Amino acid sequence: MSEVPTSPPLAMSNPLLTGEPKRFSVKSDLAHWGVLYGASGLFALICAVFLISIVVSSIPAWRHSGLSIIYGRVWSQGSNSFGALPIIAGTLATTAIALFFAIPIGIGAALAIVHVLPDRLRIVLSSLVELLAAVPSVVYGLWGLLVLAPWFENTVEPGLARITGSKFPFQAPPEGVSLLLAGCVLFIMILPMIVALSRDAISVVPHEQFEGALSVGATKWQVVRKVVLPGARTGVVGAVTLATARALGETVAVAMVIGLNPLFPSSLFSTASTLASTIALQFQDATPLQVAALGALALILMAMTAIVNWFGRRLISASAFRAGVV
Amino acid sequence: MVQRVAARTLDRRIRISKAMVALCGVALVLALVPLFAILYSLVQKGLRWWNLDFFTQTPQFPSLLDPNQIGGISNAIIGSLVIDGVAALFAIPIGVVAGLFLAESASKFARALRTTAEIMTGLPSILLGIFAYQMIVIGFDEWGIKLPGIGFSAIAGSFAIGILMIPIIMKAAETALRGVPVTIREAGLALGARRGVIARRVVIPTALPGLVTAVLLAFSRAVGETAPILWVIGASTVVSWNPRKEMASMPLQIFQSATSPYLSLREEAWGIALLLVVVVLVINLGSRLFAAWLQRERR
Repeated sequence: MSEVPTSPPLAMSNPLLTGEPKRFSVKSDLAHWGVLYGASGLFALICAVFLISIVVSSIPAWRHSGLSIIYGRVWSQGSNSFGALPIIAGTLATTAIALFFAIPIGIGAALAIVHVLPDRLRIVLSSLVELLAAVPSVVYGLWGLLVLAPWFENTVEPGLARITGSKFPFQAPPEGVSLLLAGCVLFIMILPMIVALSRDAISVVPHEQFEGALSVGATKWQVVRKVVLPGARTGVVGAVTLATARALGETVAVAMVIGLNPLFPSSLFSTASTLASTIALQFQDATPLQVAALGALALILMAMTAIVNWFGRRLISASAFRAGVV
Repeated sequence: MVQRVAARTLDRRIRISKAMVALCGVALVLALVPLFAILYSLVQKGLRWWNLDFFTQTPQFPSLLDPNQIGGISNAIIGSLVIDGVAALFAIPIGVVAGLFLAESASKFARALRTTAEIMTGLPSILLGIFAYQMIVIGFDEWGIKLPGIGFSAIAGSFAIGILMIPIIMKAAETALRGVPVTIREAGLALGARRGVIARRVVIPTALPGLVTAVLLAFSRAVGETAPILWVIGASTVVSWNPRKEMASMPLQIFQSATSPYLSLREEAWGIALLLVVVVLVINLGSRLFAAWLQRERR
């Protein structure tokens, strides 16, 4: 692993540079700072142009439909009716299903890795979870479509319908490709992220606290509930927040298993659509106005994920950032 | 009194504790089931497609007479190489140097840039597909600025994939470069070396294992990305090494085959997926092992 202790930035901790850091460092090594500012400025420029380009590309759609893009209830590309509310609802619903499963299972698995398993197994299982995070999303989509979808259609969904008596939200004929399947595929995809990041947060709770609580007679579960989880709360909430952002924006895997139906989902078994999957599947054959409408969806999606992500980053400290998982 | 209460509840507390610990174990097993299920499906359904034709032939459209005549995926393999290679070519220098900037500067600009990079890593990659389509495929023509588009091409894909890689490399490179002890840099400064010299001769070589891991992890993520290239690379069926031409790529090919009406193509998607996963995991594991090895050699 490339985890290394972080030290404060050079300019802050170097006694040679305190006082008047700018004049000393910039004038004495203009070329060095020139290259550094050049690359950083280029990246900043790309980000700015990126933001502008998404905003500009959506302008014709806002002119055409106004704010009804956000609260309109009918999305029909054929008749140029752009109301994204059902699509936003589908996005939130799939994310909610994914979190419903991923939060308890992810945190439970992280607790098991840190506090139940012996040391050697811990390393093996941690790496296995990280491997799961490296599998490309299109592979999850393939697996969801060709393996899970038939199983859901023939076994899981009829079973659920029988158990619940086809009451809301389990009515409608099982279709395999559905809101529930998309939620479950998303659950599998965000799980490694929740496990890896909450494991980091849980393992930094001092072991002395753990042992101290045990020594006054608390059981293991009491220690976990009263000492470990409160101590790791910020990190765990951050992990869930980042996973939420990921689930909101996941594209290809969801596009393959959700059936792309721009109506309000009436049941867990019905097809639905999400912002990202709608953009992915409708872009290719779109007229310029429809491209603009999809640009508006992109802008909504960008705002949603950026806000959620920003919150999550505040909660997860910079040192906990793990390349390859987040 | 307290002891008596504790003794009375002890049994119950221990039972609850055991049950919850067991539940955590169950959660761990549940978390690992999908991994093994996916790997099992990949190997079981994918491995039988791996023959010489699969790697060396171009795809043929299955006809009604012979639906199993589907050729190979050499175009997608070479397309992935070209697209991701060109992307890495511009993303690695920008990412590493910008990472060095984040590690060395404490300015407001550096802080803003770090936040920007963090938010960029979290944005859905499909947005970069729209960006590449607007900027590279159809070009830019607004406010008197005119940039001609070059149409569907590998470069458009590289553009999107490269922008995806830069912030990942930046953040990971920053972490690696910060790990270089300040005392080493100060020793360099005390000898009268300039900041640029110290960066090139001391900081970057010392942080090399971390930098290599950073770049390879970003690359392994980029190789599997489908969304940014969905509609910008043209999905050509011929082999081409020219980045200005239309191209195919492995993740895109999986997407198209998996959603195609032909059973043979859907089955072949497993073969491509197995190849893609093997490539991604080899790069991913390789980068970690390489970094560990390099670190041990140094000691």
